[in-house]
Amino acid sequence: MTVRWTEMVIFTLLFLLVTGLGFYAARWRSAGSLNHLDEWGLGGRRFGSWVTWFLIGGDLYTAYTFVAVPALIFSAGAMGFFALPYTILVYPLVFLPLVRLWSVSRVRGYVTPADFVAGRYGSPTLALLVAITGIVATMPYIALQLAGLEAVLRTMGLNGSGLAGHAPLFIAFVILALYTYTSGLRAPALIAFVKDTLIYLVIIAAVIILPAKLHGWGPIFDAAGAKFAATKPPSGGILLSANNQLQYVTLALGSALALFLYPHAVTGALAARGRTVIKRNMIALPAYSFLLGLLALLGYAAIAAHTQPIVNAATGRADTNTVVPMLFQSQFPSWFAGIAFAAIGIGALVPAAIMSIAAANLWTRNIYKAYLRRDATAEQECTQAKIASLVVKLGAVAFIVFIDPQYAIDLQLIGGVIILQTLPMVAIALYTRWFHIWGLAVGWAVGMAWGLVMLYGIPNLASGRQHFGGSALALGKLSLLGWHPFGGSPMLIYVGFVALIGNLAVAVLVTVVLRRMRVFNGTDETNPGDYHEDEGSPRLRPAAGMLR
Amino acid sequence: MPPDSSSSRRPWSRWNLLLLAPLLVLITPVYNIDKPRLLGFPFFYWLQFVCIPLSVVCVAIVYLKTGERR
Repeated sequence: MTVRWTEMVIFTLLFLLVTGLGFYAARWRSAGSLNHLDEWGLGGRRFGSWVTWFLIGGDLYTAYTFVAVPALIFSAGAMGFFALPYTILVYPLVFLPLVRLWSVSRVRGYVTPADFVAGRYGSPTLALLVAITGIVATMPYIALQLAGLEAVLRTMGLNGSGLAGHAPLFIAFVILALYTYTSGLRAPALIAFVKDTLIYLVIIAAVIILPAKLHGWGPIFDAAGAKFAATKPPSGGILLSANNQLQYVTLALGSALALFLYPHAVTGALAARGRTVIKRNMIALPAYSFLLGLLALLGYAAIAAHTQPIVNAATGRADTNTVVPMLFQSQFPSWFAGIAFAAIGIGALVPAAIMSIAAANLWTRNIYKAYLRRDATAEQECTQAKIASLVVKLGAVAFIVFIDPQYAIDLQLIGGVIILQTLPMVAIALYTRWFHIWGLAVGWAVGMAWGLVMLYGIPNLASGRQHFGGSALALGKLSLLGWHPFGGSPMLIYVGFVALIGNLAVAVLVTVVLRRMRVFNGTDETNPGDYHEDEGSPRLRPAAGMLR
Repeated sequence: MPPDSSSSRRPWSRWNLLLLAPLLVLITPVYNIDKPRLLGFPFFYWLQFVCIPLSVVCVAIVYLKTGERR
């Protein structure tokens, strides 16, 4: 396969444009010195409604959306559409908790969700658990972004084998790492404008032109239905089956509950100027959900257009992540394909930057400052975070190079399972201090361990793997210490959901016992009023940049 | 979620319950059917698209009815 020059040139030009923006961002709207975490890691904590809309939109609707969701629909059918109810549910569910988190974080100067846990429970240990979970869950998510970027690069013909095959990814990564290092959260915030504009253009054009070329949506769905019906053994379909409805529901709900537990989602929200900014965004962000749904259905369009995923020369296997890029390449002129590829590529860079910043914040605030160097100054904290953001990205690249990118979506689902286990410590703690520190810690340990054990036991028939083959557990396999309450049932359920129920049950049980024994339950430094303060209140801690 | 046990300054509003309405989209057996189709989309798909604006309306109503009054 040869390099496609038209696509390559357009991609490179747009990539250079956002690189320039990334470096320029350091000076964009900056009031204070970038040597403080409030400035570097939270963009000065004063983004308005528009910037926040682009930032969180760019943050949540990632390359995962553009590449992996249609790929899932392409290979599994209706099940992959869970991403739509997921984004329908998430905003109403987090509407109230998120503004509470914003307020308490502004009053107490918290930068990460783990900061909040440390203050709420007076327990750096609990905060450490949240921080580690956050970092571990974010790593494969960043890797997933890079997998999306690589899928595009390979489609454009940069499909080398061995380490050299990953070279273009390295270059993109180094550039990303450099401007994240210098500009912090402002870089992805500014680039998100370009990313989202390109994405909107591309998707709108695609959903108008593609159905016209492929004789309308009706025949597209029919072609997909016919393909699934012909598979032996029968799998997938354009409707849910009796066995995967429960999986669809628990995956949508579980993912919705998990989304704003991810450190990068919290980072986007904490960078907002006030509660109203967040609330307005909870109303405006579903505009992206429309795009996501339409984009997901391009997986069916790819079936109707007989698109074949390309074989990744580094792994020797067909990479379904290339289905959408291949669809664009076969159905559109190459200049338009170039724009689409740039949109996907930039769509990978924005969240990758925010995620690495969020993970770096966690490392710095809740591990470095809490354990390694308690007397660190604001400047040392910031330097530490900048370096940590580089390390995190390096880890993500290693992920892609040494582990098959085909696993990216499964890995992200594993990340979702473990981040969900912090729900009692972070989200429920916004409302009540009833839970006991050790109840939460033991519940977390049980949820993590059980979740991982269940994931380990799930085979993947399609790829022939025995373990970690996905996040759907057959109810019949569900075991409570050897007892199978639903023995023989072929219904599937999302592992994260099951693990969360186990986590909560154990947390409640241990809490009841410890409260009865009157075991010390930490000191809460927050008070009820903290959860309602809004911008302009004298009780807010000034963001660092404004002090100078 | 449990109600705020503290002496919250803003009283709990019943409008907030509207935020739970979008959970109805989880009742998949109701809409896991092909017909009627709309613009070629099976019912399963177009109904979920319709749920997006409905969910936005729920959140918008809560936003307007529980505005910061202080």
